[in-house]
Amino acid sequence: MKGTDGVFGEAGGPGTTAIGSPPLSLADLAPGTSAVVTGVLADGEPAVVRRLHDLGFTPGAVVEVVRRAPLRDPVLYRIKGCEVCLRRAQAVCVRVGEAAR
Amino acid sequence: MSTGCHTGDGTDPAAPPGAPRIALVGAPNSGKTSVFNGLTGLRAKTGNYPGVTVSRFVGTSRTGRHRHVIEDLPGTYGLEPVSPDERITVDVLDGRLEGARRPDALLIVVDATALERSLGFAAQVLARELPACVVVTFTDELARRQGRLDTEALAEALGVPVLPVIGHRAVGAARLREQLTTWRTWPVPAVAPPTEPAERDAWAESVLAYAGYRPPERHRITQRADAVLLHPVWGTAVFFAVMALFFQTVFTLAAPLQDRVEELFAWLSGRVDAHVGNPWLSGFLGDALIGGVGGVLVFVPQIMLLFLLLALLEGVGYMARAAFLMDRVMARFGLEGRAFVALLSSFACAIPGIMATRTLPSARDRLATMMAAPLMTCSARLPVYVLLIGLLVDPSARVGPFGAQGLVMFGLYLLGAVSAMLAAWVFKSLGDRHSRPVPFFMELPPYRLPAPRAVLVAMWSSARAFLRKCSTVIVATSVVLWLLLNLPVHTTGQLRAAGDDTADTTAVSAYTADHSYAAGLGRAVAPVFEPLGFDWRVNVGILSAQAARETFVATLGQVAAAEDPEQPEQALRAMTHSGGDRAGQPVFTAPTVAALLVYFVYALQCMATVAVLRRETGTWRWPATAFAYLTVLAWLMAYLARTVTGLLGG
Repeated sequence: MKGTDGVFGEAGGPGTTAIGSPPLSLADLAPGTSAVVTGVLADGEPAVVRRLHDLGFTPGAVVEVVRRAPLRDPVLYRIKGCEVCLRRAQAVCVRVGEAAR
Repeated sequence: MSTGCHTGDGTDPAAPPGAPRIALVGAPNSGKTSVFNGLTGLRAKTGNYPGVTVSRFVGTSRTGRHRHVIEDLPGTYGLEPVSPDERITVDVLDGRLEGARRPDALLIVVDATALERSLGFAAQVLARELPACVVVTFTDELARRQGRLDTEALAEALGVPVLPVIGHRAVGAARLREQLTTWRTWPVPAVAPPTEPAERDAWAESVLAYAGYRPPERHRITQRADAVLLHPVWGTAVFFAVMALFFQTVFTLAAPLQDRVEELFAWLSGRVDAHVGNPWLSGFLGDALIGGVGGVLVFVPQIMLLFLLLALLEGVGYMARAAFLMDRVMARFGLEGRAFVALLSSFACAIPGIMATRTLPSARDRLATMMAAPLMTCSARLPVYVLLIGLLVDPSARVGPFGAQGLVMFGLYLLGAVSAMLAAWVFKSLGDRHSRPVPFFMELPPYRLPAPRAVLVAMWSSARAFLRKCSTVIVATSVVLWLLLNLPVHTTGQLRAAGDDTADTTAVSAYTADHSYAAGLGRAVAPVFEPLGFDWRVNVGILSAQAARETFVATLGQVAAAEDPEQPEQALRAMTHSGGDRAGQPVFTAPTVAALLVYFVYALQCMATVAVLRRETGTWRWPATAFAYLTVLAWLMAYLARTVTGLLGG
């Protein structure tokens, strides 16, 4: 499984932004919280960035952590009215702003 | 997962050459397939795209004298493909796929309840600059969940025609067919929507604002159901309960239906006995056809119920939840949640299971799943298990609230599933280590009541494949077997010489069977199966089951009938070894039955699966590998089962 290291290393595909420090990723959010997506960053994997964009994880979109799977991974998110689950490896690619309850 | 056991060349049925080609594009779960069925009336032809193993669905829509070729492209979330299926969609749209003409126009299917995301997809498709029409599905659900959409305003904002259809019941299909006749007038948007994500979002927002879109309220039933069904404790408990109940239901619900079928064949058999004078013809009709094929057809109610339950679970949306719950477990074995769904469909039949691996974006995952799929307990094993468990466990025995027979059955399903996972893990580890891991994502659609027709169609198409197999492979094997069992013909002199009373038909039958060509064949392979405790009759069953597993039941039915035509059931239980070290001992002892059951858990005894593996991988290497490893494994595990059962039984 891909760690968080290297995610901040270099700019990934189009539309990537990194705001704030320390930056939060979807994987840092607890179930029940919401946050605004600030960008998608995947080291050298433009296909991952584009797919996450297509699924609705675009800058400005509000994402809510719905629940974790019983074995803690993957995690179910609500984004643009749809419920989509991601594994931790993909969730760390989605940068988010401050979390809100 | 709704892929049936179809074959075909994917050419257009009943459409004049040069008829306009209209392609359906949309995200998975957007109701695309229902729109396709509504337009083509299920008269679709399926086949493969040239050169690749992605299934192609083509049908014809008729409106008056107009004919339109409708092509249902694989569902995708975007036009940057991550799987072979999605690559096809993009290649067809761009006219880059050899052997497939670029469509003349597009129907873009968008889900009204997920319009924000769907418009992002529509933007990418509209940028391809083909005449297009947008079909908005689930408009009734949008209204029910207090959402709102002005489709006319949406059409103005998008610059292309927009047609709403209701839910997944294809209401509005007639209007859509009308609309198809005007495809030449569909515009290409004057200004292509932006493709850069942030701009695309802004564009979608302005379009939705213009169309007065109010997103639907959250789906309360889905929220409440998921709170339980995806709960760490309750969700897991429900998951296992669903699986266990599944098999109990198949047994208890199917039993009365099964009795009816049995009665029908008993009646038929009686008619044959009463009206066919010639003993050869009567034997052939009664034993080979009615006994052999009937023995398998008895299981049709069970198999239909199994397919019905699978279609229901899939239609309601529980399958995606099961994949979500199981993803972490699958990850341990190097796979992902969708592989679980493919393996779960293999419970019904390995063929749709293997075809369902097409949804796996990773080629390595796909191969590993295909190698594991034949280990999942398919419906063809069901008749064999029922017969053998009947010999092993008393029907009235109970463990707690469950019948012991049902529990043994559950155990066999579990054994197959665990073995499949381990096999997948081995194949995944052995595979190419250098390919990049493919990202995992999966959508959980809201729970929906599936259209009864869709469920029945899914059930029937699977059941039809089973019936077709019965009427071809199993009839043929049954007939050949009957001949082998009844030839050569013995003279009265030979029988007398053997000390048989020629007036005793049972003794004559037993002698004929014991000295038949089939017996010779069974004895020829005896050294291989002797350590497992099988006698020649079981060997013949195993050899015949190589074509299709269910044939084993037909074979034993025939063998037993040959030994004692009056009471084949009794003959099976009382069957003794006719020679060798175990002469005189009963054949179906607990260790032997256990060995047989385990043999059937592992062995790849299905020519249809071998053929599909060849077709899907494009080489003989993988079916050969699967066949070799599963056959060797079957023997070893059967030996182990025999030894362990022997020790337990004392």
